[in-house]
Amino acid sequence: MLENATKPKRSSRSKRVEEGQIEKVPITLKVNGTTRSVAVEPRTLLVELIRENLDLTGTHVGCDTTYCGACTVLMNGAAVKSCTVFAVQADGAELLTVEGLEKDGKLHPIQKAFGECYGLQCGYCTPGFMMSAYQLLSENSQPNEKEIRKAIAGNTCRCTGYQNIFKAIQAAAEGAKGT
Amino acid sequence: MLSQLGDDAKLLAGGQSLIPLMKLRFANPKYLVDLNFVPGASYIKESKGSLCVGALTRHAELEHSAVSAKIPIIHDCAAGIADVQVRNRGTIGGSVAEADPSGDWAVVLSTLSTTISCVGKNGKREIPLDQFIADAYTTALEHDEIVSEVRVKLPAKHSGGAYLAFKRAAPVYPTASAAVQLTMEGDICKDASIALGCVGLVPIRPRDAEAALRGQPLNPSTLARASEAAERAADPQPDMRGSAEYKRKLVGSLLKRAIEIAARRARGEQVVAGHIYA
Repeated sequence: MLENATKPKRSSRSKRVEEGQIEKVPITLKVNGTTRSVAVEPRTLLVELIRENLDLTGTHVGCDTTYCGACTVLMNGAAVKSCTVFAVQADGAELLTVEGLEKDGKLHPIQKAFGECYGLQCGYCTPGFMMSAYQLLSENSQPNEKEIRKAIAGNTCRCTGYQNIFKAIQAAAEGAKGT
Repeated sequence: MLSQLGDDAKLLAGGQSLIPLMKLRFANPKYLVDLNFVPGASYIKESKGSLCVGALTRHAELEHSAVSAKIPIIHDCAAGIADVQVRNRGTIGGSVAEADPSGDWAVVLSTLSTTISCVGKNGKREIPLDQFIADAYTTALEHDEIVSEVRVKLPAKHSGGAYLAFKRAAPVYPTASAAVQLTMEGDICKDASIALGCVGLVPIRPRDAEAALRGQPLNPSTLARASEAAERAADPQPDMRGSAEYKRKLVGSLLKRAIEIAARRARGEQVVAGHIYA
């Protein structure tokens, strides 16, 4: 249940906020393999939990309107826009963020491919694209052109365009073929 | 719980419409009741000639289900709603209960014989879809009722359906959409059921377009008559997605293409269709 703090007049909730008494909900979740327990306000978004409580700032907020996909993370193996999930809904879930792609100081093949193919310019959208690519390749190791384009349709890039991002995902799939 | 909380409570299903609406302060519920922890509310099964889908079934689950391979129009819809991330969260029950005039499911389900099961304090109600959706964002649901199941009668033999929605980009709502379900007898269209989306406050049923196909061979002139009838029945509003005139023409041409695909599917052909991007 969630109480809303947006009433124009002074609600009992905003009073309680001022008094620092807002009721927090304890949640436990596994983030990049590590179990974390935190207490969050019911209105906290998952992306706010990830960035502000867990200090994993690789996940970005682009539009905050469920459009751009910069906040994409994997929740129980499924890519979600973490600006459109409440943190309390992730109680008991397994999360994978961009920080979890690297293993023992070695970049994930998707990360390497984005670098090698110049699949980024300013880099703001990149974590989201990589997480969408991760879900695609975990379900379909040899995607065709159409499948790649469909998998990243929920991610927006405003500087370099999509061609090199597309090539990076192709290269990551190719690279994984040999291993 | 809902009857205790009263009108101040809203149900949270996939949240892919409600959470953005709350951020924009268009929705301002005092309480949110999260349905995602309700066990057994997500399933896809066949029973007594019907397809039964639990209200909390995600679009992505329908997209990848065996049922959607069998009923292509379900796949057309499920695989094209917004983007991967939204399909992983959004639910069929949430979509029909929101009754957004630009939503996809209600349009597709209107062409199939669909019943919505609702559960509340006073028991269960079965409501045909066309009575369930009363107006834009308005349904027959009481405030202490929830949608529990979407039930679709399995299409008859020799029938085929198709759903085409035209979008500017993946994460946005379509500009216009057309769904059609045909039952063929040789080259003659025995029955046709048509619904148009985003061109009215609720899915539009162009009865004249259906009549133009019924009992007729599907040739360029019957297709043209159906498409003209659909354009007349459409009642689009001009907005950032296009003028009323543009949407009217668009929905007519989408319908023509949807009929052709549905007819090929009725003959047993495998045809890939769904959302079309600008």
